[in-house]
Order: sequence, then structure tokens, then C-alpha cells
Amino acid sequence: MRKRSKWLLAAALAGYAFLYLPLVIVIVYSFNDSRLNAEWVGFTLEWYRKLFNNEEMLVAAGNSLAIGVAVSLVSTVLGTMAGMAMYRYRLRVLPILVLMPIAIPEILMGVSLLIFFVLLNFTLGLLSVALAHIAFCVGFVAIVVRARLAGMDESLTEAARDCGATPWLAFRHVTLPLIMPGVIAGALMAFTLSIDDFVITFFTAGAGTTTLPLQIYSMIKIAVTPEVNAVSTLLMLLTLVLIVIASKLSPGTLRS
Amino acid sequence: MKRAPERLGKWLVSGPPLAYLVVFFALPTLIMVLASFRTPGDFGGLAPLVGEDGGLDLNLDSYARFFTDSIYAEIFLKSFWYALLTTLLCLTLAYPLALLIARSGKQYRDLLLLLVILPFWSNFLIRVYAWMIILGPQAALARGVNGVLAAFGHEPVPLLFSSFAVLVCLVYVHLPFMVLPLYANLEKHDQALLDAAQDLGANAWQRFWRITFPLSLPGVYAGAALVFIPALGIFAIPDILGGPDDSLIGNVIKQQFLETRDWPFGSVLSIVLTVAAVSLAALAAWVGRRSGGRAFGA
Amino acid sequence: MALLEIDGVSRRFGDFTAVDNVSLAIEAGEFFTLLGPSGCGKTTLLRMIAGFDAPDGGRIRLDGLDLVDKPPETRPVRTVFQSYALFPHMTVEGNIAFPLKMTKTPARDIAPKVAAALEDVRLQGFGARYPQELSGGQKQRVAIARALVTHPTVLLLDEPLAALDAKLREEMQLELINLQKEVGITFVYVTHDQTEALALSHRIAVMNKGRVEQVDEPSKIYGFPTTRFVADFIGHCNLLSGPVRDSGNGIVTVDVAGLGPVRVAASSSVATGRPGTVALRPEKIRIAREAPAEASANGCAGTVSDLLYMGDVTMYKVDTPGGQKVEALLANSASGRTKFFEVGDAVEMSWPVAAGHFIAE
Repeated sequence: MRKRSKWLLAAALAGYAFLYLPLVIVIVYSFNDSRLNAEWVGFTLEWYRKLFNNEEMLVAAGNSLAIGVAVSLVSTVLGTMAGMAMYRYRLRVLPILVLMPIAIPEILMGVSLLIFFVLLNFTLGLLSVALAHIAFCVGFVAIVVRARLAGMDESLTEAARDCGATPWLAFRHVTLPLIMPGVIAGALMAFTLSIDDFVITFFTAGAGTTTLPLQIYSMIKIAVTPEVNAVSTLLMLLTLVLIVIASKLSPGTLRS
Repeated sequence: MKRAPERLGKWLVSGPPLAYLVVFFALPTLIMVLASFRTPGDFGGLAPLVGEDGGLDLNLDSYARFFTDSIYAEIFLKSFWYALLTTLLCLTLAYPLALLIARSGKQYRDLLLLLVILPFWSNFLIRVYAWMIILGPQAALARGVNGVLAAFGHEPVPLLFSSFAVLVCLVYVHLPFMVLPLYANLEKHDQALLDAAQDLGANAWQRFWRITFPLSLPGVYAGAALVFIPALGIFAIPDILGGPDDSLIGNVIKQQFLETRDWPFGSVLSIVLTVAAVSLAALAAWVGRRSGGRAFGA
Repeated sequence: MALLEIDGVSRRFGDFTAVDNVSLAIEAGEFFTLLGPSGCGKTTLLRMIAGFDAPDGGRIRLDGLDLVDKPPETRPVRTVFQSYALFPHMTVEGNIAFPLKMTKTPARDIAPKVAAALEDVRLQGFGARYPQELSGGQKQRVAIARALVTHPTVLLLDEPLAALDAKLREEMQLELINLQKEVGITFVYVTHDQTEALALSHRIAVMNKGRVEQVDEPSKIYGFPTTRFVADFIGHCNLLSGPVRDSGNGIVTVDVAGLGPVRVAASSSVATGRPGTVALRPEKIRIAREAPAEASANGCAGTVSDLLYMGDVTMYKVDTPGGQKVEALLANSASGRTKFFEVGDAVEMSWPVAAGHFIAE
């Protein structure tokens, strides 16, 4: 029976409190009947009502969802291919290209893609944002898929080939079903990353396009109202649901 | 000895992602490198590559500016300093958390980990905004602190729009990145080692400092890399929570690209930042390999 | 022409030579075993026959057809994997039907063939179960059924019984022998267990460090090993070495240190002075308190230094006055009796010329 140090417990609890208190405050104040995020006045759903009547916000939400779905689909396909390639073959270039976007500060990708699109006379808008998101989501999906493949019994693919399956059929009937939970977890992660992205979107969205994070940003900078709290709470809820599903599907996803 | 169909399979699977990333990552990076040698356009952006005389318009003006004007070196140093502070603070806060989770019973570990990670999956801006609320002048914390200061006759200190706010938020945002690699390392520690040490007369602090901490160093390095490198390039936090003095290199880059529109100079700054980030990542990977740990997934 | 011809096959991994210029000719309908310690190259060779690895040199021919460049799915060869490799997301029926689907068997033929395969391995009624619900022995049989359902030309088995406990392993060994007789397919079996190899095979190839030491029927491998390694690897064996004193008339005399002259049967004469080894199985030595009434060809006295009780037999380790150690085996016929001799007893050992086998160095 291990002795649990009281100090350790206290320090850890303080850590958890530190992590969650700010978010709890945001959520609580979204129901606060006061313009200022200062003191609790009373319960209200006013801010949520205002939110759903906010044209700009709804457009931004729609954009984010559309981009999110598109990004999730494409980066899952590309990421699964990359994950398989990285697991099976000893490649040098692919792992670097796939994982670098995740390792370097986001601003670098945002800025370089801005120059890239402008030089190509490519209009900045929803498409440019989506293309940018895919570039860094591929890496996340690849990591998840590769981890899932590593946990799979190698001899199963060989057995499939032995039974007469071509490499493609072996993948389709044996490998894919077995890594599917990981693939779906990766897709959900990509969707969440896309919806939440701020920095890269900031540089590649151009003037006329807005996504949910961009909208939140301008609200924070210009006029802070508890509508921000409301949209934040809803966004947190969505993310929570998606991530819990993803972690149930592929335990250990989060560790990778 | 590889058969032809196997080689084809390799290219079919690795080809598309490779192509995509070459076009949308490698190529833009190269273009940015090229841009650092070009001249700013008349209305911002970049001047045409081929000048009126037909020759390539490339020069080192932007680089010269970076190296001669000391203010940029100062800002880089400030960014390094902030990133370093963030890393150290994250380490101090993350260690107890990681240690607690690693020593908990198996059935709780996944849940406890999930609880650490969940805040990370909420929108980045929301987390920054939350600190705006907490540190706001009307909020309880500021009023409390200033009340105490007033009792001692001090001027009220603004918590928001200050270096303090930037630092607190930097730590807050990067904390999960330090917890995870630390936990991954601590989980593998053998309790028997600590029992043996205790048996030999070491007290709790000695056991920690002489056994647990040294063994956890690979995890510490991995976590440090995962915190330091992104923190280096951050711009949204100083932008929202910082005062006029708190501009970090990320802010300057954003300014160059979107406001001043001196793209070549912005590219120079970005390249210097990239070089710093990549060198640190390579260093972290090398240290991680030497200590026998896994630095970062790759 | 043999069914499966392995011709000068080699495989290297960097500096390490896993398979070194191996040539074998495996006949149709044979139960052929590759026997050897871990790392001897037997599994690497098996994988090259299956197609999961390609030789660096040499050829593998099946029915006269060169298998090089043929991927595994096109070869009429099926493998039973050591870990069974049953697809966990398919039922037993799904697993067995899989090769039928991959080889484009008409849909209406699949169900009857699967049912027949299940009957062959005595698992009727298990079709709807998933591999996780089966015991080790049952998984084993499903793996075999899946491998045999498309009637391959050769069946490869990679230490399939390694994970089973001793009793189950013996049962499965008998089943495998009967199955092979019924089905008539050529089996190429890999194992490190020499008892298993001796029990199951028509012929055994003993491998060591990538090379084949001896290919022969089990009784010949046991009784007439041609190298020290084979003699030592199979069962217990006394290896008595020394220079040859003389040879002639089908008998070779070897001067064994600490023992004296030992006379052994040999098929050809050997030059005097050359080093040689007498391989002598412990059960062939007569061990008693007194020397036999009739003088025998070989004999010596000694003291029991150790003994090992193994239930049906006891192994005695005897030290000769000259310092040579000899092992002799004696059956424990009387029940309750664990041994005839005690440690420290003086004993007389003797054996005829034909008991030993000469191995030239």
C-alpha cells in the first residue's frame, strides 16, 4: 500500500484547480445577467439568445463547420496513408514533412502560406483556410494511425496475404477494420483542431472571411460582451463531446 | 531486395500525403526564404521578382536591417526569456500533477489524464479570454490585490495588460504539454527503486531529488521542448493580454505582414525564428535519444 | 523431380548470414521438418518459401516453377503461423472462408467447403464463434482449417504447437500426423523441439547457424548422426573424442582420453591419427555392479557421481578413473524404485561395437 504524500495531493489538486477555474468562470458568467464579467448578478439566457440572433456569428459558425468537415475528410485520408507509409516503410522525408508543421510555431506556417497564396494570386477565403488546416492536421492523424498500427499484430496482415489477398485486399479486409477506431479518432481530432484553430486561420482567411475563432477574436478586441462567454461555452461543449468519443474509440490516442 | 509491385505500393501510399505537404508546406517555406531576399512592394507585399532591367531583384537589405537595428535582437531575447520562464513555471506546476497521476491506481490514470488534456482541447482564444475575465480590473482578484496594496499606500497595479498577465496565460496554455511527456516518463518508474532507497535511509525529499528527478530528465527535456518552441512564436497572448511593452517576436512578425506590410523583413524575422525553433527541436531530439527516452513521437 | 526444390538459397541481414547456401529437395506428400535451435535460420527459410522474404542468392522451385518475384498471395502455399494469426474481427467461419473469397471461389461453394474444413479439424458447430472465445488448441485447429481449405500444394507450419501445454501438444501431434496422412498434402514443419521432430516427420533437416547439418529419416538422425552438433542436439549423447588408433574390417578404434580404446562400427576406414568422435547413446550402455560374464567389445569401470530421476528412467553420470564422464540410462522397471545405484557406487559399464557411431571431425 503506497503512502500518498499529502503535499503531492495538495499540489496536484491546486494544479487541476488552476486548469479548470478559468474555464468554469467563463461558463458561469455566460449565464450572468450583467454586461461586465465581474460579479454575479442573476441567471439569464439572454446572451445565448443574442448569440443565435447574431448574423455574423452564425455565418462564422457555418464556415467553421464546413471547413472542419472538409478538412477532417481530406486530412483523415491523407493522414491514414501517411501513417501507414511511416509505419511500414523506412522513409526519411515523409516523417519530417508530416511532423514539422506540428513541431514549429504556428505563426510560421500562417505567414509562409500567406505569401504562397498571394504570389499565386489565389484568393484568400474558405478554400485557402481549408488547405492550410489540412497541412497541419495530416500530421496528427498520421501519428494516431501509426500508433494504432504499431499496436496491431503484424502477422495478421501476413496471414491475409498468405490466404491469397493482394496487398490492397489485405488492407481493406484486415488492416483497415482493425485500425478503424484509430482512423475515426484521428478524424474527430482533425475536426476539432480545425474548428479551434486561430493563428493559421488569422493569416490565411483574408478580409471577407470569418470563422468562429476569428469572430471571437474580434469580439474580444473590439467589444467584449458575455456573448463571447456563451459561444465559448457552446464550443467547449462540442469539443468535449468529440474528444470523449475519440478517446473511447481509441484509448491512448491522447497520449500520442 | 524489393519486388517491383512492392515499390509501387510504397509510392502509392506515401505519394499523396508527400505531394500535399511538399506543395503546402515545403514550397511555401522555400518561397518565404526567397522572399527574405526581395524588396518590399510599393503598396506592401513584395516587389516583382524580375526588375525593370530584366535582372533578378534580390538583395540583403532586410537581413542588414535585422542585424544592425538592435531592437529586433532585444525583442528576440525578450521572447526567449518569456519562453524560458514559461517553461520553468510549467515544469514546477506540471511535476506534481504528473507525479500524482503516475502514482495513482491504474483505473484512475486514464481519467486523470483526460482531465488534464480536456482544457487543451477547448479553443485557445477561450482560454486567453478566461484570463481577461479573471485579471480584469472589476474582477475579484484585481480588486482584492489592489485593496491590499491600497492598505499599504501603494498605487493600484493593473493585473491585465501586463507582463504578468502574459506570463500567467502562457503558462496556462502550455501546461498540458509539459504534463504529458513527464507523465509518460514517470509512469515507467519502478517503485522498487524508491522502496530500496527508503530502506537505505533516504527521506522523501532525498528520494525525489536523487532518484525520481534524475530518472525523469528525458521527460523533462521532452516537455521543455513542447513548451519552449511554441511559446517562442506566440503572438495572440501578448496581443490580447499584453501591454504596449509586451510585444514579442510573434507580434512583430504579425505587424510586419499585416500592418506595415514589409514582407521581406517579416520573412527575415520568421526565418530567424524558424532556425531557432528547428535547432531547439533537433537539440531536444538529440538529448532525448541520448538519454534513451523518446523526445517527441517521431 | 522433387516437389519443392530449394537450391543454394542464402539470406543475409547486414553482417549476419541467416541462411547459408541451403539446398533441399522435399518430396510430394512428405512430412518434412526443419529442426534446429533459435537463430539457425529455419524460420527465415520458411518465410522465403511462403514469399514473405526473398533470398539473396539461389532459387526456390515448386513443381518446377521458379517462385522468385511471385508475391505470397499468388503461391499455392499456405502458412500456419506460430501465433495462429486468426482475424479477430471475423468469426471462425469468416476466417476459414477468407482464402476462398480471396481466390474468387463462387459464393455458393464457400459455405459447404467451410463446413467440410470444420469437420476435418473436428470443430463442427464452432462456426459462429469469434477467435477470442476459443482455447489455444481450438485456435490452432481453425488456423489449420483455414490453411487447408483451398487445398494448397504445400502447407508450412511455423512452430504451431509451441504455445500449447505438454499434454495438449502430444494430442495435437497425433492429430497432425493423421491429418497429413488423410489430406496427403506436403507439410514443411519448423520446430526447435527434437522430440516433436522425431515423432512427426518422414524426414528431418537439422539446421545450425544457417546451414543444414544432416537430412535423413528420424531413426537415422537419432542412430547415425553425422556431425557432433546433430548427435548432441538430438536426445542425450555421449561424445567421446580422440585420435583414431586403427581402422579396418568395419571397425574403428578411437583412443579416448580417460577411457582407453573404444571400438565402434564405421562404414568406411579412417586414416590413423585423425581426430574422431564416438557418439554413444546412454540407453545403449549396460550398467551393472559387476562386469558382464562374457567379455564385451567395450567396457570400463567407474563411480556414480550424479543421478537424475526422470520418472520412467534414471540417468546416471559416471566418472571413470581416467577422468572421463559418461552418461548411462536405465529404465526404472520396478515401481516405486527411483534408482538402482547410489551416488558413490562403483559400477561396470559395457557396450557392443555396434552401439556407438563414428563421426569424423
